[in-house]
Amino acid sequence: MDALFQNNLLSLILFAPTVGALVVLLLPRDQVALIRWTALVASLAPLGLTIYLWTRFDAGAAGFQLQENYLWFAAINSNYHLGVDGISLPLVLLTTLLTPLALLFSFGVGERVKAFMVLFLLLETGMLGVFLALDLILFFLFWEVGLIPMYFLINIWGSANRQYASFKFFIYTMAGSVGLLLAVQTIGLTLGTFDMLAAFERWPAFSGTIYGIPAATVRTVAFWAFTIAFAIKVPIWPFHTWLPDAHTEAPTGGSMLLAGVLLKLGAYGFLRLVLPLYPAEAKLYAGVLALLGLLAIIMGALASFGQSDFKRLVAYSSINHMGFVVLGIAAAAAVTGSAAPEIRATAIMAANGAVLQMFSHGLSAAGMFLLVGVIYERTHTRNLNDFGGLFPLAPVYGGLLIFTSMASLGLPGLAGFVSEFMVVRGVWPIFTTLTALAMIGLLMTGAYVLKGIGRTLYGPLNARWQGHRLEITAREVVALAPLAALLVINGVWPAWLVTVINETVTRLMA
Amino acid sequence: MQFSEAFIQTLTWLIPLPPLLAFALIVLVTNRSKTLSHVTAIGLMGLSWVMSWIVFYYTLSIEHFGEHVIAAAVDWLPFGSAAMGTQPLQMGVLVDPLTSVMLFFVSLTCLLIFIYSVGYSNYGKPRDDHDRPGTPPHGVEPLYSRFFAYLSLFAFGMLLLVVADNLLLMFVGWEIMGLCSYLLIGFWHARNYPDPKQITPRQAAVKAFMTTRVGDMFMLLGIAYLYSQAQTLSFREILRSDEMLTHLATTPSVVAGLMVSHVVGLLLFAGTIGKSAQFPLHVWLPDAMEGPTPVSAMIHAATMVSAGVYAMIRMFPLLSAGWRPGDPLTPPMLAMAVVGAFTALFSATIAVAQSDVKKVLAYSTISQLGFMIAALGIGGYIAAAFHLVTHAFFKALLFLGSGAVIHGVEHGHHHAEQLAHTGGHAAHAPAAPFDPQNMFNMGGLARRMPITYWTFVIGGLALSGFPFVTSGFWSKDEILADAWVHAPVVFVVLAVAALLTAFYTMRQISLTFLGEPRSAAAEHASENDSIFRPMLLALVVLAFFAITAGWVGILEDFLGLRMPFPNWFHGYVGGVLLEHPPALEFNPVPLAASLVVSLGGLLFGWWVYRGYRKGADDPLAGPLGAMYAVLRDKYYFDELYERLFVRPAVWLSETFASEWVDKGVIDGTLHLVGRGALRLGRIFRDYFDAPVVNGSGDLVGESVKRFGRSFRVIQTGRVQQYLLVGMAIVVVLGAVLLLPGLGQ
Repeated sequence: MDALFQNNLLSLILFAPTVGALVVLLLPRDQVALIRWTALVASLAPLGLTIYLWTRFDAGAAGFQLQENYLWFAAINSNYHLGVDGISLPLVLLTTLLTPLALLFSFGVGERVKAFMVLFLLLETGMLGVFLALDLILFFLFWEVGLIPMYFLINIWGSANRQYASFKFFIYTMAGSVGLLLAVQTIGLTLGTFDMLAAFERWPAFSGTIYGIPAATVRTVAFWAFTIAFAIKVPIWPFHTWLPDAHTEAPTGGSMLLAGVLLKLGAYGFLRLVLPLYPAEAKLYAGVLALLGLLAIIMGALASFGQSDFKRLVAYSSINHMGFVVLGIAAAAAVTGSAAPEIRATAIMAANGAVLQMFSHGLSAAGMFLLVGVIYERTHTRNLNDFGGLFPLAPVYGGLLIFTSMASLGLPGLAGFVSEFMVVRGVWPIFTTLTALAMIGLLMTGAYVLKGIGRTLYGPLNARWQGHRLEITAREVVALAPLAALLVINGVWPAWLVTVINETVTRLMA
Repeated sequence: MQFSEAFIQTLTWLIPLPPLLAFALIVLVTNRSKTLSHVTAIGLMGLSWVMSWIVFYYTLSIEHFGEHVIAAAVDWLPFGSAAMGTQPLQMGVLVDPLTSVMLFFVSLTCLLIFIYSVGYSNYGKPRDDHDRPGTPPHGVEPLYSRFFAYLSLFAFGMLLLVVADNLLLMFVGWEIMGLCSYLLIGFWHARNYPDPKQITPRQAAVKAFMTTRVGDMFMLLGIAYLYSQAQTLSFREILRSDEMLTHLATTPSVVAGLMVSHVVGLLLFAGTIGKSAQFPLHVWLPDAMEGPTPVSAMIHAATMVSAGVYAMIRMFPLLSAGWRPGDPLTPPMLAMAVVGAFTALFSATIAVAQSDVKKVLAYSTISQLGFMIAALGIGGYIAAAFHLVTHAFFKALLFLGSGAVIHGVEHGHHHAEQLAHTGGHAAHAPAAPFDPQNMFNMGGLARRMPITYWTFVIGGLALSGFPFVTSGFWSKDEILADAWVHAPVVFVVLAVAALLTAFYTMRQISLTFLGEPRSAAAEHASENDSIFRPMLLALVVLAFFAITAGWVGILEDFLGLRMPFPNWFHGYVGGVLLEHPPALEFNPVPLAASLVVSLGGLLFGWWVYRGYRKGADDPLAGPLGAMYAVLRDKYYFDELYERLFVRPAVWLSETFASEWVDKGVIDGTLHLVGRGALRLGRIFRDYFDAPVVNGSGDLVGESVKRFGRSFRVIQTGRVQQYLLVGMAIVVVLGAVLLLPGLGQ
């Protein structure tokens, strides 16, 4: 029994939410409270299992751990192959942590509760699958599975402009997926297997012709297919315009997961697939990637400052922050296979920073969307010009908003600073000018964060809200508290997380 | 008393924590009780003060303390592997002579400012019903607990910065203070002024944060650069290793013609330009006066602006790497000498024409920080550190004194208004809003507020460098002496700045305290209210140090006399450097200069303002002509920056990035493609399907339409249908996952 549990731990984490979704499906529709609590419990199960997984994970051991490998599609030699390493494990934890919190916040959703909860749980399985899959077809399958529930979450429970936003989100992502699917099939047909570990070994070195075309050319095309698919998801400038619409129109819980986890799928794709499968191409085009990352940092920050819709402002901030992830990955790509140990060391720093930044941003972005959701639920407006002077009306909310905003700004002592510093330190020797220019984005980060705080909390009280109850409720505080705690812990003692990331990253790059 | 070294080491780790604990306790627990909140804040700050002074006392007995420092560190951030030769980044604490001196005055001034704040926030008065949270109160401050929470967090940031043993931890404290200064300057965030052009506290807060952030971004790059070149950020490993310094000073950098140490030094100096409000990033500091006065004292004297200078003093071995006294200055030193000397003079000229009692002090602070930076730039390491200490005492004293003056005048204003009401002077037209900070509304306060007056005079004389008694004289004299030997140009600039300093200080004292009262408020001003007790206590203690703090740094052979403490400061702090800097020999020329500028400026100021009468123009306005307006309006830098940076940034954000690029170019292209695809479909239907394929073509067209229609049906919003789709996905997924497994 115990062995069965141990050997299938990853599958248990992966499908616990699906099982939960099926259970919720069977509950009577009008038992709203029962549905909510069942869904919450169902989403806490994978969190508990992930914490257990963390204790079982051996940071020092090489390769993927707790692998599960079953034959699945014999005809095309695709396997049900799962495993974790130091890059995917933190992201699994992030997913299983954010889902219950977003779900708890979504207790405020009053319409079609059952459908909402079912989709939410299915979404979790989709996201986890991407992080756990070690087979290209499996990866692609979960990649798509994550897309559909999110489409419906935006389309049904979104705000005014939801049709446009959900359609844009869907088409954008699909446009990337098409290329990704073709490229995955090409790899699989060429190598005769979809197993990632095999592909990592054989695909970069594959020579000869594919469909009568030289392998190098096919690889370059496939590289761009992968890159564009992931670039849209991150999103990297200029593939980002779906994001402000989708994030802004999505219900709060959906926005939390969109910003907290879904964006990481793209960045994870770069680290998990693009770098090992296309080391030469990635090295060649690293400069382009870094430049686009820089543009994301600067243009994201500028656009964020330019918004008057609070939620859009926060949405754009994600583009700015994910730019640092891209910059870190680009630096790592640029020096792949470099002989000089100092350069490899600096790339390790950059890649460590990129993974940590994914985690930090997941925490702070989810927190920011939650807080924007709180104020929106009470005032039914997101326009910054409609607020003003709310601090005395909602002191606890105000304090939490300032705290989370500062975490998002990268205040030293909180999580975001550690990862941004690591990226800056790691990228500086490789892309010196770009790093220096990225400071413009970091400066503007201050501008938009202060704009958000200043327009809501500061100033004379807008008479419109006199007498309104705006204060945050206990349930919402509970949903935010774990994020706040981790933001502090990761800022003060990031070693618990970085040790896990660093071991894997070092092994990949050293 | 005897302490073990392990005990002192533990104490050093703990020094910054009590204020952090106070912050947490006030925020989470005591925020409903004003008394408990200030007891918590002051009690825990007091604990930090005691611990700091114990550590200071202990270090006095260590021989060759510069080499035998108190240090401890732990691995903080894993990085790479031992096999690669990379080391984890360490975090730790360090007490060397410089830290020790900083601990001495930072902990004390913070504590005094905390105590002062009790009175300043009207503790003990009943709550006034007209007071709104976020505006200056008449009764007890409604956000009293929050104020102490912010102050505590601020003190934590500063103490952390002081005990940090590496640049990154120092930067953490640096930025936490930046946040606190934002929160504290904007403390009265709901305040508006009748004049829309006057900057409000919330605008001043943003301005302070953003302006200093400009410098901080450069500094962050400097830290990253230094880390990548030195593989460590530890002060001891970088600054006390000849090998490391030589390596940094001889490795060419990314900028042609400059070495790594030069570029890193310049980047770090940019951080100080922001934090210590040096030209051209000086604009935030005067507006930061919008914060409550204890905040001004804390930010502008004891802690934050000192932090910028402290960072430069700390990094001096790096900034001067490769330099020996007598050599041409290194690029970072040259930059410091030029920027510091220019700022010292530049802001002294502005201070001359200000009418707000706090603004004068703000520009004076910028100017004095310029003195320190310039001293450091020409190699006057000890002189800069010495002036940092003395300035902290006398400038905190002056700020707190000005706060007492403002409270006294407000008190008088209130009193006068009540008299006017009860006295039946109904004919009085509602006066224009009274400005209790305008010195031209004051006068004659010496008699009404004697303790405030005498302590303010002590602070003012120290600032002017009044000879032989005040601390400011000894430290400023040492800077001038250094400049005289190393850089005569800097000497001349600083001497003129010192002359102006003495002049505007006497102007301030004359306008505020001397002569006859020039308003009813000044006539009824008083310091007898109970809220003044903690304020006056802080003033008296600071006045004591504003005099005595200078006695520890008197040249050994000063005027050929034998001093009781033969230049203790030089011997103590000089030990931080690898090579103990040679003490200057006594030289009568700079001494004569400092006597002339100090006494001359004071006398001239007294002479010009002695007979100032109510309603008259500023006596300077006539002789200075058009220049007076230029000085009063601060050389129009605010207006210039508004046009040059603020408006373009807003345009770039709101119009360029959001409207043009995202909505216009990118989305525009997408929508075009979308519309094109639609039109293409329609063309196929109309010109290919319909005429060519005809009948059977209709089927295609119809089926497309029907498909569209059925899709529309899906989007009825009926939950069952959505669930059906969801179910279908689950079923397909399940089948795909399970079926192959069954086949095995």
